Amino acid sequence: MPGLNLSDVQQRLAEAGYIADRQLAATLLLLTELQRPLLLEGDAGVGKTEVAKAIARVFGRPLIRLQCYEGLDANAAVYEWNYQHQLLAIKIEESEGHSVSEKERHIFSERFLLKRPLLQAITMSDPPVLLVDEIDRADEEFEAYLLEVLSDFQISIPELGTIRATSTPYVVLTSNGTRELSDALRRRCLYHYVDYPSLEKELRIVKTRLPEISERLAGQVVEFVHELRKQDLRKRPGIAETLDWATALLRLEIKSLDQDSASIMDSLVCLLKTKEDQEAVTLEVSDRLVSRASG
Amino acid sequence: MRATEVSGEPFRSRRNDLVCARLIGFVQFLRANGFAVGVSEGLDALVVAQHCELMDRQRLGWGLRSLLCSNADQWSRFDSLFQAYWNPPNRQAFVQSSASARVEKALGQQRGSLGQGETIDVDGSSEEDDGEVGDGGSRGGASLQASRSQTDFRFLHDGREMRELEELAERLARRMRRRLIRRQRVQQHGRRIHLRRTLRKSLRYGGTPLELAFKNRRRLLPRLVLILDVSRSMNLYSYFFLRFARGIVEAFRDAHAFVLHTRLVHITDALRERDMTKLKEKLAILSMGWGGGTRIGDCLGTFNREYGRLVHSRSVVVVVSDGLDTGEPEVLADGMARLRQRARRILWLNPLLGRDGYEPAAGGMQAALPYLDLFAPAHNLDSLQALETHITNV
Repeated sequence: MPGLNLSDVQQRLAEAGYIADRQLAATLLLLTELQRPLLLEGDAGVGKTEVAKAIARVFGRPLIRLQCYEGLDANAAVYEWNYQHQLLAIKIEESEGHSVSEKERHIFSERFLLKRPLLQAITMSDPPVLLVDEIDRADEEFEAYLLEVLSDFQISIPELGTIRATSTPYVVLTSNGTRELSDALRRRCLYHYVDYPSLEKELRIVKTRLPEISERLAGQVVEFVHELRKQDLRKRPGIAETLDWATALLRLEIKSLDQDSASIMDSLVCLLKTKEDQEAVTLEVSDRLVSRASG
Repeated sequence: MRATEVSGEPFRSRRNDLVCARLIGFVQFLRANGFAVGVSEGLDALVVAQHCELMDRQRLGWGLRSLLCSNADQWSRFDSLFQAYWNPPNRQAFVQSSASARVEKALGQQRGSLGQGETIDVDGSSEEDDGEVGDGGSRGGASLQASRSQTDFRFLHDGREMRELEELAERLARRMRRRLIRRQRVQQHGRRIHLRRTLRKSLRYGGTPLELAFKNRRRLLPRLVLILDVSRSMNLYSYFFLRFARGIVEAFRDAHAFVLHTRLVHITDALRERDMTKLKEKLAILSMGWGGGTRIGDCLGTFNREYGRLVHSRSVVVVVSDGLDTGEPEVLADGMARLRQRARRILWLNPLLGRDGYEPAAGGMQAALPYLDLFAPAHNLDSLQALETHITNV
């Protein structure tokens, strides 16, 4: 995307509904300039996946998502043959008297190939954004394979031959730190650490996403969540939780946090996601946080 | 391709040469501070500089930050390093205060073998490891291993010997893992049909699947949970086992380490620290109260309460302790019983067991014995090596 500068990118991200700081905008600009994948790290719920979606919207590219999990293998990530179709095709052609090698060529042709996200991403005519979500959940073998695909941009299928990329996708990887990633992958990637947003930034996010919220409530909500994050919690609430909670408060028709501590207490299930955390934040703690947030 | 771009048109002038040298200096500065920056990143750094016009220092900083950092720790340190390098006065101060001799050496040598001392310290065994993949034997230190692997750890007083032994332990931890993986691959008995292969084979019978192909159920690696006793009675061994734990945590994808004395401390993250000095600092902070009394029972209770969910049906729990507990044996027995319900296997390594004439008579040890799958000595490397089978057959 030539000719773009930093403020352009930032503004287009904002138009796409993503509030980005200038560091992130600079990183994205680099993503377009260097052909390197982008690795996003950060706690769960800080909006890593959202970044990929925003990139897709900003550059007007389709988004292809590969969700990683333990035991993810090449079949699920790259390609698979459509066995049922192949079996049927063999039966149908039984009487036609083709030679074995002709039959083989037929049933291992692209017609019977099911493209999984990786293959799909490099064979599209329009270069997409490839989101490899939670790469740390996949095992090391897959990580190594992915690294190979991302550096050569070609995939070899024994029955078909090598498929070269017709387009180079923008690749975004996210990681929660479940497992340490290999140094090779880290070195290859651009890196961005997504932190919890600052007070002002989160306020802007809340107001962008929930235009009907009052200035006062939005400010209180965000300050409350920021205070809450400072507590010693097992799972700190992310941006998604803030938005959920704000929505819940709107539904409960709460105008201000200091008006009804009991129903605020009930609505905290939006923010506290483990039993220990719910026990830790008692009515007193909640009241104290509210008074700090409204002060 | 990028290389030609860089050495080409825009970087020809004398001024640009200076800029180049300055940037390369920065990359080396980062390397000396523990950043893993390769040659291609160095070249890309020049491309970044080219794109964002050096005058715009802030953008250069942002760009280089995302290019050259590769983890959260580096991400947070980058800004001060960047400032330190590009603002000369600060830089002097910084070099002397924290990055020490390594930086000066690196800057002096320009390109040579940067930060090598550091690398050897952290994963010095890697080169040798690669050599060992083929035959599974030990190249290099073979004779060393033979003589040292029998030595009781408590007889090692010489610092150098101790260090060699520690490295051996780390290497051992890595090798254990390699064997684990290979064993899983060799097994060829499948349960489920491999459709793709079957179909392929059926071609020669006109599409009737006469020959079936099977696929293996992937065997998953066990999760290892190490609990090390670092109380005073274990003093002679604890530093050594920490080193072993570090090797285990590095080598196994799924390993967790704890130390216990009067309380329980989770040290997995600290052990992952690659910089030795920092590792020691972190451990020192975590370890207030080391070498004090032992409350194994209470610590196991804490473990069950707070980290119980770490232990699942594929978990092997390894406790390294002499079993000299100052708490009530009932508490220990209760903790063990609850651990027993969750873990696949519990191994207890007792360094004292290797001594002649030792009987596990201590109250704590007696209380724990009924819940163990394996009670084994751990006073030399051979005894650690013998563990491998117990971890594999999960």
